[in-house]
Amino acid sequence: MAERWTQEMRPFLAKWALVAVPYLWSLLFFLAPFLIIFKISLSQTAIAMPPYVPVIGGFGDLWSKLSDFTFDNYVFLTEDPLYYSAYLSSLRIALVSTILLLIVGYPIAYGMARAPKSLRNALVMAVILPFWTSFLIRVYAWIGILKPEGLITIALQGLGILGPNEQIHVYNTEIAVFIGIVYSYLPFMVLPLYAALEKLDTTLLEAAADLGCPPTKSFWVITFPLSLPGVIAGCFLCFIPIVGEFVIPDLLGGSETLMIGKTLWAEFFNNRDWPVSSAVAVVLLIILVVPIVIFQNQQKKA
Amino acid sequence: MNKSTSWFNVTSLVLGFAFLYVPILILVVYSFNASKLVTVWGGFSTRWYVELVRDQAIIDAAWVTIRVGILSASFATVLGTMAALVLDRYRKFHGRALFSGMVYAPLVMPEVITGLSLLLLFVAIGFDRGFWAVVIAHTTLTMCFVAVVVQSRLVTLDRSLEEAALDLGCPPVKTFFLITLPLILPGVVAGWMLAFTLSLDDLVIASFNTGPGATTLPIKIYSMVRLGVTPEINAISTILISVIAVGVIVASVLSHRSQVEKEKAERAVFLGG
Amino acid sequence: MMIEAVGPIKRKFAPWDDPTLKPFIRFENVTKRFGDFTAVDNLTLDIYEREFFALLGPSGCGKTTLMRMLAGFEQPTEGRILLDGKDLSGIPPYKRPVNMMFQSYALFPHMTVEGNIAFGLKQEGMDTSNINTRVAEMLELVKLEKFAKRKPHQLSGGQRQRVALARSLAKRPKVLLLDEPLGALDKKLREETQFELMDIQMELGMTFLIVTHDQEEAMTVSDRIAVMNHGVIAQIGTASEIYEQPSSRYVADFVGDINLIDGTVTAVDDDTVTLRCAGVDATIVAEAGPGEVSVGAEAGFAIRPEKVQISLEAPPAGTSNVLSGEVWDIGYLGDISVYRVRLAGGSIVKATVANLTRIVERPITWEDKVYLTWPADAGIILLK
Repeated sequence: MAERWTQEMRPFLAKWALVAVPYLWSLLFFLAPFLIIFKISLSQTAIAMPPYVPVIGGFGDLWSKLSDFTFDNYVFLTEDPLYYSAYLSSLRIALVSTILLLIVGYPIAYGMARAPKSLRNALVMAVILPFWTSFLIRVYAWIGILKPEGLITIALQGLGILGPNEQIHVYNTEIAVFIGIVYSYLPFMVLPLYAALEKLDTTLLEAAADLGCPPTKSFWVITFPLSLPGVIAGCFLCFIPIVGEFVIPDLLGGSETLMIGKTLWAEFFNNRDWPVSSAVAVVLLIILVVPIVIFQNQQKKA
Repeated sequence: MNKSTSWFNVTSLVLGFAFLYVPILILVVYSFNASKLVTVWGGFSTRWYVELVRDQAIIDAAWVTIRVGILSASFATVLGTMAALVLDRYRKFHGRALFSGMVYAPLVMPEVITGLSLLLLFVAIGFDRGFWAVVIAHTTLTMCFVAVVVQSRLVTLDRSLEEAALDLGCPPVKTFFLITLPLILPGVVAGWMLAFTLSLDDLVIASFNTGPGATTLPIKIYSMVRLGVTPEINAISTILISVIAVGVIVASVLSHRSQVEKEKAERAVFLGG
Repeated sequence: MMIEAVGPIKRKFAPWDDPTLKPFIRFENVTKRFGDFTAVDNLTLDIYEREFFALLGPSGCGKTTLMRMLAGFEQPTEGRILLDGKDLSGIPPYKRPVNMMFQSYALFPHMTVEGNIAFGLKQEGMDTSNINTRVAEMLELVKLEKFAKRKPHQLSGGQRQRVALARSLAKRPKVLLLDEPLGALDKKLREETQFELMDIQMELGMTFLIVTHDQEEAMTVSDRIAVMNHGVIAQIGTASEIYEQPSSRYVADFVGDINLIDGTVTAVDDDTVTLRCAGVDATIVAEAGPGEVSVGAEAGFAIRPEKVQISLEAPPAGTSNVLSGEVWDIGYLGDISVYRVRLAGGSIVKATVANLTRIVERPITWEDKVYLTWPADAGIILLK
């Protein structure tokens, strides 16, 4: 009887060990930090390292310290229009960028899916390759191109479109940020689109043609709807991280480009105000919870 | 496919890939620019590469980055593979939704949030920021990418292969190492490489969690870019790009070759070999 | 374990009739539920040693689930399974003396043919020289000696199937389970393999359990067949018992073709039942089938198409069991011709005739008026 019990238990134990290790890791290093961020956002600033007053010493302190919990930081966020504008601006930029990415990425993905089979893997590699090279470096490359005295100016001057003393003013503007974002996130849009388009059964299009449907119409009536899962995946995969993007607006956007990622960074590294940074992060997280949950559900269905 | 659509396809492909690659090419070309300025081509020169070799700070940063990359990629691969197995095999257990959410959230979470949150955790438990903090942070971030890659490979795995092994007397853990792992190995390796690249490339999370002596290459490059300094940056970029490009190309050529061999063998069988 | 060489069986092999023999495999009141779906419902089944037993039924009838429970991949929700007297409950698949040949073959792609066959032996801890001997034996058995070093992707479908067979036999299991093993093969290869399987089974003296939806296959290879439907056994018997003496409409319909003419019982005799079929305006006298039949009950007359005789000439007056109609459709299959005859009420009766002569134009053609007759014991009465 005991032997039978251990026989049944052993695979049971092995299964739980397999689940436990990544589960505990995630709980500790992913979930717990979020709870801490929330806690810190409720505490007060102090000029020290770490620059915040610990709110809870232990469970004994809990009740006495409860009165110390303050939503001051959150109130602070609402008082200064900077934060409010930064959030809105980030959402706007992310939305516009995602649409741009879709417009630029879809033809590329479509071209890849229609290419002869032997070429397709090479094309996928070619799309992924820039992604494997440094993100930071690629954004940096655009600085040289977009600067007032940069390469685009030189090219346009050479073509006679710009006079010898004229320069383009793209660097340090939102336009540069858009270019940078589209450039960096293109693989994230193209690959899910390509995956969905590649699975498309071309005989469906042949059937449509046979039944009298012209090619452009059959794209909108058949191809696009069937590629929708890829479109949705690509859009969410781009939109959510772009909202919190830091590097691109920092390097390519000017002081007028407001994005919440930059604000958080500045709050943390420049002002050394950890509680406010935490509050900023928590609010950002709350804003993004809905899209993230939608994305997770979408992935589950796929 | 009629002609006009093909033209459209070809054009979009050409334009698209030009868009992707031209900035990189410009970067590489200007790493050989004798002059400091972007606008003036001062002639071909390798002086920036020479300066690079002499720049100890950069070499240290590169070394740190590689070590962080290898360690975090390896941990992430183990954890990510385990997570993928769990999510693929066990459809129902308490807390599965939470687990799945936690594993896949870093895929889309803005890095400023993950970076800041991990830093606060380390401070709260009194863990020193620095090399190991960055390793742990990178592992947590890249674990989900490994899980995605491995899971997509697992889905194509024929479950009856594992049942056959069990049927022939092989206990479950041994079955994993003898049968499952060899068959998902390409996915696991791809996951490792992806995790390594992401670690190599990460600026935000490393910045939040780094400490003295643990400056990674992206952090160093970022500070150099902010100062708007020399094309030394171009030089190191070119090196990085070339190394990675060569690695990726070699890997894909190898996998392509084994695929071609496999197809040749199958054709021979079909023709009655 | 030595191979017991059992020669071609000339005497009748029927261990199930022998009261002194104990069943080798016993499913005892086995039920399997997946959520609220019951796949196997309180099923009891005995299989004897050295039987080639077939589980036959449509998809979803529970046959595969039953087999997987024997292999150990599923646990019964209720009931137990005994093998050679030993209860298998709680014993994982890698500890059971049962091996399975998978429908998809499940050959390990990263190992050679030899490696695949040797895999199970290595798990047992057999030493290398014995492994090599056994592998060589198996390769000889399935005639793949020249392919030992190849990998699965270098083999054709039929060769892979034989490797799968060799691998599952290598450990000399007490029972071999075959999960729809011949589905992927073309007709000719399938037939050849069926006979090969039977030869191997007799040569090795093993117990085989095959799961299939193909009744021809089940009837060709097996000693006994269990016809399953929705988790229960509809009938167990030899191929001829099931074909000629079906115990229910379901079995009569599932195995082979059947004509069913419904009617009301008007008389019950010692060995015959009289059925009045209003639909086709005929009175049929036939052998009583299984079950109690009483006057006034709703029943049907079941007869196999090959037992129906078709003729252009009317039978002599006074012949009982005659139906007349018009030829509605003809299917010429070479060895047989299938005639579908439309009776007065609109129902169709199928008659098949062996084409015994080498003529190209057959006498009976479309829209001919024909008469269908049959011997008194050619069909049975089956209740609704």
